[in-house]
Amino acid sequence: MSAHTHTAHGSEELNYLNWKTGIWSWLTSTDHKRICFLYLFAIMIFFIGGGIAALLMRTELAFSGSQFIKDPHTYNVLFTMHGVFMIFLFVVPGIPATLGNFLIPLMIGAKDVAFPRLNLFSWYLYVVGALIGGYAMLHPVDTGWTFYAPYSTTTDTSVSLMVFAAFVLGFSSILTGLNFLVTIHQLRAPGMTWMRLPVFVWASYATAVIQTVATPVVGMTLLLVIAERTFGAGIFDPSKGGDPVLMEHLFWFYSHPVVYIMVLPAFGVVGEIIPVFSRKPLFGYKMVVISSMAIAAVGFIVWAHHMFVAGISDFSAKFFSIVTFLVAIPTAIKVFNWVSTMYKGSISFATPMLYAMAFVFLFMVAGTTGIYLAMLGVDVYYHDTYFVVAHFHYTIQGGAVIGLIAALHFWFPKMSGKMYNETVSKVAFAFLFLGFNLTFIPQFVLGMDGMPRRYYDYPAQYQTLHTISTIGAYLNGFGYMFALVNLLWTAKFGKVKAPRNPYNSVSLEWQTQSPPIHENFPETPVVDKDPYHYGTATHTHA
Amino acid sequence: MSTSAIVDHNVPPGEPPIIHHMDSNTAYGAAKLGMWLFLATEVLLFAVMFCSFAIMRYYHLAEFHDASHHLNLWAGALNTAILLFSSYTAAVAVTKAQQGDNKGVARNFGISVFCGFLFLMVKTFEYTGKAHHGMFPFVWNSHFYEYKNFLGIYYCMTGLHALHVIIGMVVMTLYGIRPALKNRFSGKYYTPVELSALYWHLVDLIWIYLFPLLYLVG
Repeated sequence: MSAHTHTAHGSEELNYLNWKTGIWSWLTSTDHKRICFLYLFAIMIFFIGGGIAALLMRTELAFSGSQFIKDPHTYNVLFTMHGVFMIFLFVVPGIPATLGNFLIPLMIGAKDVAFPRLNLFSWYLYVVGALIGGYAMLHPVDTGWTFYAPYSTTTDTSVSLMVFAAFVLGFSSILTGLNFLVTIHQLRAPGMTWMRLPVFVWASYATAVIQTVATPVVGMTLLLVIAERTFGAGIFDPSKGGDPVLMEHLFWFYSHPVVYIMVLPAFGVVGEIIPVFSRKPLFGYKMVVISSMAIAAVGFIVWAHHMFVAGISDFSAKFFSIVTFLVAIPTAIKVFNWVSTMYKGSISFATPMLYAMAFVFLFMVAGTTGIYLAMLGVDVYYHDTYFVVAHFHYTIQGGAVIGLIAALHFWFPKMSGKMYNETVSKVAFAFLFLGFNLTFIPQFVLGMDGMPRRYYDYPAQYQTLHTISTIGAYLNGFGYMFALVNLLWTAKFGKVKAPRNPYNSVSLEWQTQSPPIHENFPETPVVDKDPYHYGTATHTHA
Repeated sequence: MSTSAIVDHNVPPGEPPIIHHMDSNTAYGAAKLGMWLFLATEVLLFAVMFCSFAIMRYYHLAEFHDASHHLNLWAGALNTAILLFSSYTAAVAVTKAQQGDNKGVARNFGISVFCGFLFLMVKTFEYTGKAHHGMFPFVWNSHFYEYKNFLGIYYCMTGLHALHVIIGMVVMTLYGIRPALKNRFSGKYYTPVELSALYWHLVDLIWIYLFPLLYLVG
């Protein structure tokens, strides 16, 4: 990846990948497209690490009785590692820091993000946070990724280091969000009005608002956990007159909006893919934009639905239940818009489109099961069961991660300058999609049957469903590895060069060469159309 | 494309640096928006503390009331006056920069930084006094232990604020005083002075809330 020596060939165009070579030129690059790759490699390490932790847990759970985990502490460490790696180190930076970095300047016709050096600094902050977090796992944390007090303030594992790592990662996330907000406000090309922005940019904008506004809150909360542990500040620890529910409130004030940081960019990705492969304008562009912003806004006032059984008052439980239902409205609007875009379109089932359609299906399941959990009475029963686990993975894996994989395929030709192999990619998709559903549909049923989460053993009555779920998890993991190795292999050894605009898309990022030059466009583009004018007279072949 | 430098500072004094991907007006707007957004994140950072303070005060009203009498009101008031004055000189520094008076920038920011030192000295005096009496939330055999919740939040709030004072002093020195001594600022280019001053005003503003909450209301 680091060394490209193609410049020797006279025929090779100069682009952002080959205009400078050597590992150092990557580690010091402020080019938003190269920073995308820096993030991509870093987060994939933790995707694999978190995935291994998940498979170890599923292996233990394949059969009733202890398999290879002999004590609860080991299992606690595994699900903490899975949660911390996947949430803080993989999915939160997931789409925004990779595809967001690559695409936002290209889509708005800018040369780079507003603060390129800050952008690189964010990546180094991420690396520092990752190293501290990795080091903390040497004396492994067993609190779960939520760091609930008073356990987190009393356990003798390295919680302080781990929450400090999360604080540093949060800082990285804030700076990325801030950078994108300023970029979108200030660096749009002439004619790129707000209502001509691609929906991915709008989704990234909504995401960046949440990153900037919500992350400081959890950052400070985690620092207070450290203060509690180091000098007994007495804020969260009930034995010192503190309030653990306060910690939960502050934690979820960030950690609920953070699921929208994860999934909103995926909404944007799907909104870009579906019109291209349906050859139709995006249905109800304005409503898609408004619903993104509405999700970001409503997402801030629903946090306590994670705490219905934590002893909050009846009044606040009712309030948070009702506003949680409200999230369903903008989300459903989006689903209607995607489906209406496909309606009577001339659909081609290319790999990105398969992922996008899988996303719509999986997110429907995620959304409807979310409604169950918003209901007070039902949630008392489902709380802390596998039903919640399954719901969460349908939103975040079925939503955010599938969205990331869809995006990696869709923009692969632009990023790498090569075309991926359709057949191989579709086989990988099949493993991934079937494996995913096989893993988590049984978990819905397990939850309804009363199987609690975070236990390494269970009575024999749950045996069959757990075994199916474990088989699914292996298929799912295989599918991910297949898809990623396929893309990596193609990027390195692929023979088929990508044309400028392989899907005949009309949005701006496809109008420059593949891969783009260092400053994206030879000259600043002037925009006079919306990004989805398919099937109209103005649609020209680029 | 010929150079990989993002920002080229090799320009005549008073001219804005050349930024490879935007013109200087856009750069000014971007920097200002970026700073305001950053200040918003700072406000939210402190909001957690203010929220925790409110909840803890609600639970431990009598202790908070008594404990606040053990703070040195005059030290707090003096620090408030020091920071208010330093904010004034920071504001003057911006006007001086816009007028191209680089010496004025250095002088006024210099006073602000000096005020920062004074503030930290008074704060150190307060902290050492408390340390002398064992007024820490973890000294469980001290007779101040009943104030542990107040002291916990007091040290978190004032400690984080003091850290911000130090950062503000560093920022004003590096991005205000140092370039001003090289005559970098003029009516065409004064972004770093304005942004440093904005940050310093926030540091001041937070103290304006901390002082009454901790010292007066309790």
